[in-house]
Amino acid sequence: MASIEEGGGGGGHKPGPGVKKAKKLSTRIDMTPMVDLGFLLITFFIFTTTMTSPTTLKLNVPKETNKEEEQNKAKESGALTIMLGKGNNVYYYEGQLKVDASGNNFKATKMGEIRKIILDKKADVLSRYTRNQKCIDDKLAEYRKKNIKDKGLTDAEESCAQEDLVVVIKPTEEATYKNTVDILDEMSICRVLKYAMVKITPQENELIKITEGQPVSK
Amino acid sequence: MPSVKIPRKSTATDMTPFVDVAFLILSFFMLATKFKPPEKVPIDPPGSVNSDQLPENDAVMISIDSAGRVFYSVLSQKDPELKKEVVKQLNTLRTLNLTDQQMNSFMNVFAVGVPLANLGQYLSASKDEQEKFVEPGIPVLDSATNELVWWINASQKAFSERGGVKAQILIKGDGRSKYPVFEGVVSALKRNEEFKYQLVTSLEGVPNGSELEKFNAKKAKEK
Repeated sequence: MASIEEGGGGGGHKPGPGVKKAKKLSTRIDMTPMVDLGFLLITFFIFTTTMTSPTTLKLNVPKETNKEEEQNKAKESGALTIMLGKGNNVYYYEGQLKVDASGNNFKATKMGEIRKIILDKKADVLSRYTRNQKCIDDKLAEYRKKNIKDKGLTDAEESCAQEDLVVVIKPTEEATYKNTVDILDEMSICRVLKYAMVKITPQENELIKITEGQPVSK
Repeated sequence: MPSVKIPRKSTATDMTPFVDVAFLILSFFMLATKFKPPEKVPIDPPGSVNSDQLPENDAVMISIDSAGRVFYSVLSQKDPELKKEVVKQLNTLRTLNLTDQQMNSFMNVFAVGVPLANLGQYLSASKDEQEKFVEPGIPVLDSATNELVWWINASQKAFSERGGVKAQILIKGDGRSKYPVFEGVVSALKRNEEFKYQLVTSLEGVPNGSELEKFNAKKAKEK
């Protein structure tokens, strides 16, 4: 008489001796193994997943040509030559290289500071630009002709404004691939539309070697 | 003094919400995950702000590892026979005298970085042996012995043979590799009249206040 039977009312008969009442099983189950497995899988997927999907940088290189008329001549006022040296050393000059008694425009800087130099050069070119409606119309016609859908007035204006700006990139043998890609990336960051990768000349190479204090090979 | 009885609480907590969250995260990762493509050598590509996606098909990938070794691979998940076609073409181009079996085994090789002279030996080796094989990389530095030229030529022929889609050229270089190797790769491509490449990079954010950011904003306004 110590325990109270549940649901005993309503004309229910008492179980006789020897008839055991079915034990009520708990609906709670031990979830620990399942959770363990779940976390194991989470860890597995976290480690195998590639969150940063690789992207690509487009690079077009010019055909090598010796024909004078096919070569693009850069205007001296808008040319900036950037050379990549050892480590993060970067060398640059504007226009033509001058290292004689009349002056020296060969300058050294670091990878992290090159953006300012590019932007200064760009601002310099842009300051000399006066709005040229014909150029803009020509560009727009060209986009339509080539069926380039994602280019519009903004692109045409920008392209005309920096018509004269050309950045020439010359990596040396000591330059790393990272610096090469970084400088190309810098072109997209600074929105420089015309740039070219060119082989370094022996004179420039020598200048860099002297600056870096390496023995000059003659 | 009557002692204060602290009621005993059960240590078993209800883990259900916790488990719910755990499985939610699990399902997220299962759906969002994209397995890393097999890599022969770990390559750490430099970052860039460009966000064009990497193609998975109809592409030729040239990898440069940190030591400057060059590897060649064909990305063609849709058409595995394409790989065989490449090595077939290479075989006829350079008269390598590869057996049919060796050419078949090329289909299971992800990236190859051995000189042409050792290619037959490499392809007849078993999978375990191939892993131990010392791969010096495809020679590119000297223009006279630039063997990548032939690999590119063979892949151009193979691509035109099967479907005629032009192969996209991917160059995946390690940031620490030196520029001359990259130049060698580019010169091999140029000699095959290939002038458009895609450099594989990892995505970086656009720097604040940069010209690109201003341009993108202007462009968005125009639309």
